[in-house]
Amino acid sequence: MIGIPAVILFALVLCAFLCLYRIGRGPSAPDRAMGIDILGTLIVAFTALTGLHTGRDWYLSIALAWALISFIGAIALAKNLEGRAYDE
Amino acid sequence: MNETIGAIVIGIGVAFDVLGCIGLVRLPDIYNRLQAATKCVTLGTCMILVGVAISAGWDAQPLAIKSLLCAVFILLTSPVGAHALARGAYRSGVALCKTSVVDEYAESRTLARYQAQAAATPTDQESDHAKAETA
Repeated sequence: MIGIPAVILFALVLCAFLCLYRIGRGPSAPDRAMGIDILGTLIVAFTALTGLHTGRDWYLSIALAWALISFIGAIALAKNLEGRAYDE
Repeated sequence: MNETIGAIVIGIGVAFDVLGCIGLVRLPDIYNRLQAATKCVTLGTCMILVGVAISAGWDAQPLAIKSLLCAVFILLTSPVGAHALARGAYRSGVALCKTSVVDEYAESRTLARYQAQAAATPTDQESDHAKAETA
């Protein structure tokens, strides 16, 4: 169990709010998809830090699964934006 | 010792994340934003995961191994996702910002279309040549 400085957590929460600004404001649909993708990457980092703080390794399993699903979601959104079906 | 090195690496990673997210908000169009956000946030998150592995050390093996695995996975998949998103944005008609100076994708696409047309209709050109020779 290792303590995480509060500055690091505040900085990551600030990053998440900047991503949320881009998701809400984003002038086009790809902007929002990009914001969701970046937010997923940030959540992976946050989950890993939580795992280090609590010393439980299944938090890293959650991070791994989240990275996988975020990647698949980004690919599916990109294909949808391009105007193709998901199985092409 | 391990914890100090890990904390330094995690701090550098968080700094990269913050800079990437500032770029995500400040830059003018989606292609610039993808450029800034994807590269900075990918590197920052990988550094955070490597820092977690260093801090956990050899005593917490599952944590360190899963963290390194996660770092490799993000390093492989994040650029692919960003590339697909940029391609989808371009094909769905999102314009470049006004200060852009070059659009090589549009040039290569028009060139490819011209070549496809030229390859699809060779007989017309040949008949044109034949008419020119007979005349």
